[in-house]
Amino acid sequence: MWDYTEKVKDHFLNPRNVGEIENPDGVGEVGSLACGDALRLSFKLDEKKRIKDAKFKTFGCASAIASSSALTEIIKGMTLEEAGKVTNQDIANYLGGLPEEKMHCSVMGREALEAAIANYRGEKVVKEDFEIVCKCFGVTDNEIIKAIRENDLKTVEQVTYYTKAGGGCGQCHPKIEAIIEKVRKEMEKEKPPVKPEKRKLTNIQKIKLIEETLGREIIPALKADGGDLDLVDIEGNKVLVALRGKCSFCPSSEFTLKQYVESKLREFVSDDIEVEEVRP
Amino acid sequence: MKTVYVDNNATTKVAPEVLEEMLPFFSEYYGNPSSMHFFGGQVQKKVNEAREKVADFLGAESSEIVFTSCGTESDNAAILGTLDSYPEKRHLITTRVEHPAVGNLSTYLGRKGYRVTELSVDREGRLDLDELRESITDETTLVTIMYANNETGVIFPVEEIGEILKARGIPFHTDAVQAAGKIPLHLKKSTVDMLSISGHKLHAPKGIGVLYIRKGTKFSPFLIGGHQEKGRRGGTENVPYIIGLGKACELAKKNLEEENTRVKALRDYLESKLLEKIPNTLVNGDRKNRLPNTVSVSFEYVEGESILLLLSDLGICASSGSACTSGSLEPSHVLRAMGVPFTAAHGSIRFSLSVYNTKEEMDYIIEHLPPIIQRLRDISPFWKDYLKAQGKK
Repeated sequence: MWDYTEKVKDHFLNPRNVGEIENPDGVGEVGSLACGDALRLSFKLDEKKRIKDAKFKTFGCASAIASSSALTEIIKGMTLEEAGKVTNQDIANYLGGLPEEKMHCSVMGREALEAAIANYRGEKVVKEDFEIVCKCFGVTDNEIIKAIRENDLKTVEQVTYYTKAGGGCGQCHPKIEAIIEKVRKEMEKEKPPVKPEKRKLTNIQKIKLIEETLGREIIPALKADGGDLDLVDIEGNKVLVALRGKCSFCPSSEFTLKQYVESKLREFVSDDIEVEEVRP
Repeated sequence: MKTVYVDNNATTKVAPEVLEEMLPFFSEYYGNPSSMHFFGGQVQKKVNEAREKVADFLGAESSEIVFTSCGTESDNAAILGTLDSYPEKRHLITTRVEHPAVGNLSTYLGRKGYRVTELSVDREGRLDLDELRESITDETTLVTIMYANNETGVIFPVEEIGEILKARGIPFHTDAVQAAGKIPLHLKKSTVDMLSISGHKLHAPKGIGVLYIRKGTKFSPFLIGGHQEKGRRGGTENVPYIIGLGKACELAKKNLEEENTRVKALRDYLESKLLEKIPNTLVNGDRKNRLPNTVSVSFEYVEGESILLLLSDLGICASSGSACTSGSLEPSHVLRAMGVPFTAAHGSIRFSLSVYNTKEEMDYIIEHLPPIIQRLRDISPFWKDYLKAQGKK
């Protein structure tokens, strides 16, 4: 059984704004019977060009109906510009979250909204320059790229949860993988390099912080594997430690020191910490 | 809230008689049947009695009964144990509508280099035996075809299939997990070489299964270990559950007639009333060759998970072949293999009854399901479109 939030259950059992608006200003329709879910969204604007009323009709599972209901509640009272900024994450958040496997329901809501706004503006709903990546569910590369960017997706499985792409025969998985790699590289480049601001520490502060970090972040994890570690001394940025317990004869202790202990200390204390082992 | 449990193809209630029979084997008689002392010996005796009850239920000999942990293990043991016995042959024949215990194992074997033939089914879920005949080659190691389908209840012509295979000297395994207890099985008179059953589908607890292996069938153990089960399945016997399954088989034999009369009548009543009260409803699967307790119905233009959750809200427990319930995105492989149209496949609901169901319960479903379907159709954009299109005609 799906672990739906009370809010999802409420919007499924008592959906708001079911129906179709007569003489609507905009109508958006996404999905199909074959895909297993579909949403028809219609809205009407008031004289100030705000969304006065929004209604939906949905074919689909409980989370699809709840997402549609939530969407209509969210956009009421918004200008089209504001509504255009509503993301699928906003819909999911409104419902107190959706199971990850069901995130595509929130994406369907966002897509219907986009289509309805485009319909109002008289824009063609035909998406240009796209390629159908998933033939089973008719998902385009543009839709996949958008979902990856908006939801910070990292795996093919996640792309399937959010867009349904790859959820059928699975033949498009290599293609989706290639898109993820490309988009994530782009996202990496766009990210402004963030240097974590680490304050300049006095020697006393540094020693304290190293001790704290060891005690909180590092030693408990080592102990969980039957190991342990003692702080022997601190010389400038050099932290001298002795490995105890299982760690003392573990063949991967060098790896533990550099990859785990050192990187944790660099994260929490200072970027130029070096860890060295002192053997008794 | 009352609970109306009509999901017996998923699992069943442990019969009170079964539980009662099991309990002393947790507390008092906890010996190991393999032990030399009297304390183990008395347990050994009870395990043998249970084995005889299972054999009697299946119309087999007790030496042909191997206890396993579940239906999936029985299927895996039968298939892998046979393939292992014929290393020179590398072709497996099965169907497109098997339970994942067979279906996913076949896919795995396909990846490992076995040639796997999956027989198709028609719109009613029936096999074409000519397709089977044409698929058989000298390379064919094993044919594994389910006795009855878990989603639609459609029964395959197992004996006819067995005749075809016998003539070609090819071993035949059938997954009878859904058939056992619902239709009579007489393995002594049968053409089946191996057959799987699962305890929790016939009112024994989860965690016990049986693999029947006909005397003289080549078989290599799947769980390699001690001498238990005559060397065919290592591991200390799951004594309380074996005792429970023995009792459950005794009851199932007794209840077989009721399954095919009273339970069948309840199923037929439910089915006919739903068809009568809800427009655009269709039954999935061959209604002439079907388990007496199962009905799979599709309600067009609505989605199964929504139906299930609204039913669940009223205490009614059923299941669906729709995409959304399984976490996969496509409707069940069984309905797809049958070519059930998308308008209907997404809105399929399976009701599976047991001897514990009553007419009042059927009436409760018949009362509450039509408004649920209507409510969802009112939300669905396709229903109005459909009605409009009908109006124009």
